[in-house]
Amino acid sequence: MTHVKLTMAQALNQALRDAMRADETVLMFGEDVGALGGVFRITDGLTAEFGEDRCFDTPLAESGIVGMAVGLAMNGMRPVVEMQFDAFGYPAFEQVVSHVAKMRNRTRGKVRLPIVIRTPYAGGIGGVEHHCDSSESYYAHTPGLTVVAPATVADAYTLLRRAIEFPDPVIFLEPKKLYWAKEEVDLTEDQPGIGQAVVRREGADATLIAYGPTVPVAMEAAHVAAAEGRQLQVVDLRSLVPFDDEAVCAAVRSTGRAVVVAEASGFASVSSEIVARVTERCFHSLAAPIRRVTGFDIPYPPPMLERYHLPSVDRILDAVDDLQWEDS
Amino acid sequence: MTTVEERLLPSAEPVQLIDQNGVRHEHPQYRLPADEVLVDGYAQLVKGRRINDQAGALVRQGRLAVYPSSHGQEACQVAATMVLREDDWLFPTYRDTVSIISRGVDPIETLTLLRGDWHSGYDPYEHKVAPQATPLATQLVHAVGVAHAARLKGEDTVVMALCGDGGTSEGDFHEALNFAAVFKAPVVFFIQNNEYAISVPLARQTVAPSLAHKGIGYGVPGERADGNDLAGLLAVLGQAVAKARAGEGPQLVEAHTYRVQAHTNADDATRYRNEAEVTPWLERDPIKRLDAYLSEQGLLDDNAKQAAESAAEQAADELRVGLMEDVSPDPADLFRYLHTTQTSQIKEQAAFLQDELAREEA
Ligand SMILES: Cc1ncc(C[n+]2csc(CCOP(=O)(O)OP(=O)(O)O)c2C)c(N)n1
Ligand SMILES: [Mg+2]
Repeated sequence: MTHVKLTMAQALNQALRDAMRADETVLMFGEDVGALGGVFRITDGLTAEFGEDRCFDTPLAESGIVGMAVGLAMNGMRPVVEMQFDAFGYPAFEQVVSHVAKMRNRTRGKVRLPIVIRTPYAGGIGGVEHHCDSSESYYAHTPGLTVVAPATVADAYTLLRRAIEFPDPVIFLEPKKLYWAKEEVDLTEDQPGIGQAVVRREGADATLIAYGPTVPVAMEAAHVAAAEGRQLQVVDLRSLVPFDDEAVCAAVRSTGRAVVVAEASGFASVSSEIVARVTERCFHSLAAPIRRVTGFDIPYPPPMLERYHLPSVDRILDAVDDLQWEDS
Repeated sequence: MTTVEERLLPSAEPVQLIDQNGVRHEHPQYRLPADEVLVDGYAQLVKGRRINDQAGALVRQGRLAVYPSSHGQEACQVAATMVLREDDWLFPTYRDTVSIISRGVDPIETLTLLRGDWHSGYDPYEHKVAPQATPLATQLVHAVGVAHAARLKGEDTVVMALCGDGGTSEGDFHEALNFAAVFKAPVVFFIQNNEYAISVPLARQTVAPSLAHKGIGYGVPGERADGNDLAGLLAVLGQAVAKARAGEGPQLVEAHTYRVQAHTNADDATRYRNEAEVTPWLERDPIKRLDAYLSEQGLLDDNAKQAAESAAEQAADELRVGLMEDVSPDPADLFRYLHTTQTSQIKEQAAFLQDELAREEA
């Protein structure tokens, strides 16, 4: 196959299409995913191609959507469900935490739930209240869930295909602000799978660790830093659970300095977990404490104030400047 | 003794006192509201329509982030507040801007959420209007709590809780009805059934005979009304409020109306419905029929109509002027209201941002 120019939204749509063609037990359902094709058009045309039984709208109830997915999965289906926006997944929290995450363990592996919960995620789109939450830490904190967040068009395709093939439940976080980002991609090209982080940019001076919506921001920061004479390495986590300790630690050891960049509030979060793990493993390789650039510990701001909250290139570069360079 | 059926079952047909041609119909249970109430209601409808359309224009001009319009649903919007006393409560959703304004809340404060300078712009206690709820049906349970507190305090306050047809599928809708019934809380649950939840038609939400029937399982009386007939709505909602106030417990009212426009400006309704479906609903317009009825009765002359229109125009002007003014919300607000006592972490973060902004300016 040759290279094609696709948006992340189109790549996700293609992944669903290909997965549904490959396996007729794959079902796609949720709110407005049928005729409308989803509010972000990720399911565009799926009902037309696969029929009402394969891609369908449900009554408006997230707990019902995820709960029904549990039953469908118990009986041989591979449900992919869409939570319309991150914060609208909260009514399903009970099903996710008490059942989706626990079923395999409590039945000693007898009942497996190959469910994908797709969620348009995070901010940067000027959305009003409840439309820009970063809820990854709730899910990553829940044992039994696999949590994935693509940052590139190619990854969106590959990771969604892998998530649908995965034997266990996957929380699939789609960065909203990247839906319209375009890239030249070859979808047949193999990408690393779930659980593997990748180095997006090499650099010897310090490591930026990012995932989902903050990967392009970290890349931009590295670009600016290079012009100022500092070489920053950028690691894209891709998968929060499982966490790629090996790749991340190898990266940090190679530079001795790191900044974690995430949109979510920093307190008791994925970003704090990363700092803890890397520090525990790489303490003697570190020239400075690992810094974090995250959203503040506040509810996601209204549109007119969101720019103060989101990790910016300047904030990242300030954090890098703070990595005790004078001591080394 | 009334039978269970008599007490709980809604009317076989939605209650309608004035039909789409402006013709009055007698109803065994509901009386036409007084002339002056209908004339006042007419003016409010005209104003509501004007506010909807002005807000739509302001989205196109980039002054609002988004606007879910109640165009075509103004009779519901206006009736919901007309039947309330000043000390009653209103629990609105994102679509109920017109209802909130007709309750007396400042229009600019009302549109704060949708302009995007803060999450909610008015003081909920000033006019007893809860902050608009976006997570569907969640506000209904709060409404039960407010109503129950009023009972515990010995007040005869009633709570009007608004919800869409789609929202009735959420668990919270059912929990709210049941809680209200068990605690005999004076809540009127008012569903604006506009046939759609974004793209999803009512048929995908329920196969019940009507949404008003949903009360039966909880022991809550249900009633339904033509949602584009202000007279019928005032009669039905008025009676529901009176019953709730008299200690008869929660009431459920479903209004049959239609979302004439797309879900919001961001939605493309042509993807899921065709014009042929919309057209008949334009004929059922709430303003047109009340205009026809009142004019026929000699209750609405050209002067009165003109007065209503210029009042509406003035409201639209205020909206335009207010929203054309640039606002620059204070970034420090991000940290100001989170806790009664600011935590040291939040203080630190507020100082960090302040320092960053100071350096930016320098
Ligand atoms: C819990 C929750 N899930 C999903 C949404 C996204 N959403 C916003 S409005 C809407 C449709 C609601 O339809 P309905 O209740 O009929 O009200 P209407 O918009 O027609 O007034 C949806 C799905 C939400 N706001 N909250
Ligand atoms: Mg609706």
